[in-house]
Amino acid sequence: MVAQNIGFAIIAAMMIVGALRVVTTSNVVHAALWLVVVLAGAAAQYILLAAEFVAVTQVLVYIGAVMVLFLFGTMLTRSRIGRDSGLNNSYAKLGIPVAVVLFAAMALALSESFGTEKLPSDGSLVTTQQISDQIFGPYLLPFWALSFVLLVAVIGAIVLARKD
Amino acid sequence: MLVNQFLFLAALLFCIGVYGVIARKNAVLVLMSIELILNAVNLNFVAFALRNGNADGHTFALYIIAIAAAEVGVGLGLVLLIFRNRRTISLDDLSGMKG
Repeated sequence: MVAQNIGFAIIAAMMIVGALRVVTTSNVVHAALWLVVVLAGAAAQYILLAAEFVAVTQVLVYIGAVMVLFLFGTMLTRSRIGRDSGLNNSYAKLGIPVAVVLFAAMALALSESFGTEKLPSDGSLVTTQQISDQIFGPYLLPFWALSFVLLVAVIGAIVLARKD
Repeated sequence: MLVNQFLFLAALLFCIGVYGVIARKNAVLVLMSIELILNAVNLNFVAFALRNGNADGHTFALYIIAIAAAEVGVGLGLVLLIFRNRRTISLDDLSGMKG
């Protein structure tokens, strides 16, 4: 139990630092690389939560595919590869009170509703077989819809980005 | 492990993402902040899946990952198109719909 908590604390600190750097750094490529830290940390947290299939999917899809898309987007839009001072709005400071108030509200609601409730440490673990039973059972219709969304997105992205 | 430690981490990531969406001008960075928000939601889903002991949360997390990939694909396609037409991806300059 203690080891899990220490692991959680280290990974959580890493993720928070990474997330703060993503929204404050003045270099687009650095922001993408800090985002990798956050996504990898999230995958590690999924492992801590006994969700190994979601963790592997996170690594494959996010760190593998989405990050490459972001780096390509950075390259193709010819953002400055080095430091760039024009990344923030003129009213960027407005975001700080919004985020703080939002977090205060959520923290209040969370500590009221869950308090010190513990996660079950010996509960039944979810296996990958159960996930596939869910996807191809009760959630089959959303799965089909999702397939169509992906198809439309791929074709749409090609149509949008094509030079004609 | 408490339920709340994961929920607080997710709430913090969500708020950082919201700050990024408000503060950033570069469209690619706004998309990255949206990814932060989606990851926070995923963390919540997986934490609740373990708390309730069923696989629904995992299924939703997987669907969200797929939708996020589609969203980034279309979003970056749009950003590319905007860049090609306007030579800028600064969201402040896209004020063509202002009356």
